[in-house]
Amino acid sequence: MSEHIVSRKLYVAIGTTLLVLTATTVGIAFINLGPFNTIVALSIATAKALLVILFFMHVKYTSEKMTRVVIVAAVFWLLLLLALSMADYGTRLWH
Amino acid sequence: MHDSSAAVETHSPALRHHFADMEQQRDAASLGMWLFLSTEIMFFGGLFCAYLIYRYLHFNDFAAASQTLDIRLGAINTGVLILSSLTVALAVHAAQKGQRKPLVGYLLATLVLGLVFLGIKGVEYADKFEHHHVPGPSFHFESVPVKGHAEMPPAESSHAELFFSLYFAMTGMHALHMIIGIGLFSVLTFFAWKGRYTPEYNTPIENAGLYWHFVDIIWIYLFPLLYLISRHH
Amino acid sequence: MATAAFPASEREHYLNKDYGIRSWLLTTDHKRIALLYLLSITFFFFIGGFFALLIRLELLTPAGDLVQADTYNKLFTMHGQVMIFFFLIPSIPAVLGNFLVPLMIGAKDLAFPRINLLSWYLYIIAGVMMLHAMLTGGVDTGWTFYTPFSTAFSNTRVIEAGLSIFVAGFSSILTGLNFVVTIHRMRAPGMTWSRLPLFIWALYATSIIQLLGTPVLAITLVLVVLERAFHFGIFDPTQGGDPLLFQHLFWFYSHPAVYIMILPSMGVVTEIIACFSRKRIFGYKFVALASIGIAVLGFLVWAHHMFVAGISLYSALIFSILSYLVAVPSAIKVFNWTATMYKGSISFSTPMLYAFGFIGLFTMGGMTGLFLACLGVDVHVTDTYFVVAHFHYIMVGSAVMGYLGGMHFWWPKISGRMYPEGWGRLAALTVFIGFNLTFFPQFILGYMGMPRRYWQYPPEFQILNVLSTAGSTILAVGYVLPMVYFLWSMRYGKHATDNPWGAAGLEWKTASPPPTFNFDEPPQVSWEAYDYEHIPAPEEVPVAR
Repeated sequence: MSEHIVSRKLYVAIGTTLLVLTATTVGIAFINLGPFNTIVALSIATAKALLVILFFMHVKYTSEKMTRVVIVAAVFWLLLLLALSMADYGTRLWH
Repeated sequence: MHDSSAAVETHSPALRHHFADMEQQRDAASLGMWLFLSTEIMFFGGLFCAYLIYRYLHFNDFAAASQTLDIRLGAINTGVLILSSLTVALAVHAAQKGQRKPLVGYLLATLVLGLVFLGIKGVEYADKFEHHHVPGPSFHFESVPVKGHAEMPPAESSHAELFFSLYFAMTGMHALHMIIGIGLFSVLTFFAWKGRYTPEYNTPIENAGLYWHFVDIIWIYLFPLLYLISRHH
Repeated sequence: MATAAFPASEREHYLNKDYGIRSWLLTTDHKRIALLYLLSITFFFFIGGFFALLIRLELLTPAGDLVQADTYNKLFTMHGQVMIFFFLIPSIPAVLGNFLVPLMIGAKDLAFPRINLLSWYLYIIAGVMMLHAMLTGGVDTGWTFYTPFSTAFSNTRVIEAGLSIFVAGFSSILTGLNFVVTIHRMRAPGMTWSRLPLFIWALYATSIIQLLGTPVLAITLVLVVLERAFHFGIFDPTQGGDPLLFQHLFWFYSHPAVYIMILPSMGVVTEIIACFSRKRIFGYKFVALASIGIAVLGFLVWAHHMFVAGISLYSALIFSILSYLVAVPSAIKVFNWTATMYKGSISFSTPMLYAFGFIGLFTMGGMTGLFLACLGVDVHVTDTYFVVAHFHYIMVGSAVMGYLGGMHFWWPKISGRMYPEGWGRLAALTVFIGFNLTFFPQFILGYMGMPRRYWQYPPEFQILNVLSTAGSTILAVGYVLPMVYFLWSMRYGKHATDNPWGAAGLEWKTASPPPTFNFDEPPQVSWEAYDYEHIPAPEEVPVAR
């Protein structure tokens, strides 16, 4: 699949970064940012997910464009489900 | 574009006959695995949708319920899974380099870390059971007044029960996937020890690795969503 | 291309290669798996049809006098579940798709033959579970499983039926996965995307829906089972839950599911119309992109099933507009089919009769869908027989007719025999007449106010109900006829040549029936799709020239 073999050092670096980001998200949770708490937490989670996808799952190094298409399509479809459902709940102004 | 009869003398024993060559077989397996993962995204996605909607409708009750989860155990588990993703990546690396012993070692490490995760999860579930936070006839929730928010009404018990329903559904489904993953890796460890995987043929390791990373990513989202609501009080 | 009909018994092909039950139950040959599916879905078609017969019998009279009210609820529930999950959704993809996809793209098999067999076994396991549920009490929630009735009040086998459909869903997902990987990775040299038969494009679009939609149904069923077993309360208003959440999650799959049921049929119709007009398809790219467009837009419209359920007016508006949009690619296809036929050399063979039926009935079904998408009209006709008629025009008048047309068109390839053309046309006409007599009165009934799922009705509705029941018996005859003469043809039918219809497509360049590995030599494609100007019309096509 991927001709490029990622070095062990890079894997350990990514793993360490992930652990640091975990500690960060726990720490920030104890600071009051109002509604931004959720946004920051999800942003950090997304950053972590991207690191796993790009490096651990080799998506950064693959020449196969279908892989990217599949990931983007699946995430987009999930967002469709979330967004259009919330379009109902978010506009029920009667309660 | 290989003439199949010419390829016969030189093909790997792992080549299935309906493929022209190993490259086509590998590409097909890889695409198949990614497509399967996309179905898993939608599968968990349904749960995330339910969670999103109820959290939107009953934020304060969800926050109160979330406080009763042990953030240390959750954070440790997150760390455990991240480490296990690292060991999986190192296992794939070892397979690509043809290093049998490190491969077996990393696969075993992944297995063990997965079991540690499940063990900690079991401890958390037992705690929830003791506190009557398991949804159903014996559910009972009394919210601890949230510090600094004395003016907030006590959490609505039925909404807290919704939180716990989703907590158990989401972490339970995640745990089920972990169990399947552990089973998968047990099989792979056995075959790796037998020397089945080479730099030329290690697709099962790669694909199982993709599965494991995916399950890790689900937890990466579950942790902040379930454990880190309004912890700043 | 061989012109003489080589009696199939004199050479080796996929049917006579191995004998014995093990060679069928453990096969990984996509063609044999297709036949395993054919037998299974036909069996479930009979079961679903049996329930339909009982429904129509009960509705002959205004009073509820044939069955109890609770039993009637079980009848329409199980009719729907069986027909949708065990007949329509697998039908064309699992039978015609499994058989034809590798042949049409020039491959030896699908990408994952063992997963293909697993798909069939999952289907069978699901079927056994459903049969058991039916025999030990049935289900009475409607095929839509609405909560909280299904989770808190129904006394029937909801959990078992739900788990059965969960398993069937995985069968469907794996089929879709197999098709997408096969179409991407296993096309023969020269078979570019723009040379693919449009049937393949249609199956590709269908597979996308199967992959991305079915998992949401799966998790929804899990939640229903958990709620029913452990009283979680996610969908129960007395426990803080929202029944509409169930409906959102359910319809997120179940609306695209109807496109799973219709897209393959559209693909079949495209192949048939090109062949029996002896003409290249008009607007190939538009038809291909319209298939993908239907798949994508189909995911954006689900709440049109919930207009009066309590969703917000603003979201209803959004979903109404989107529902209008989704009709556009379907209409594009209808125009392309008719433009293909224009100045073509038309022959009224059995497959072509089914294709004609499809176009007319699909137009009616589609248009009435637009009526339902209009919020004001929907308030009046929702949950009436108008809706029932609308979806049967699509699922029976269109999808099933496409399936039958496809079975006739490819029967020579599958079996190596010709079916009797006269009987074929008679059956097609019987189906068309029976269908319209059954379902057209239901549009009127619905508009006049007869609710669906009701076991008794006011006496003024009786005459239309009687017409509908009469039509259903004619329809049943039309369905049984092909089963009889297909079986007959396997022994007594004329032997088929490689290409009895003079059709374009790689599947027609190999023997009828094909050898186990499909082609004697791996094909190399250097021509465009539907190059009918270079294919002579054969003697087989029953054309009065």
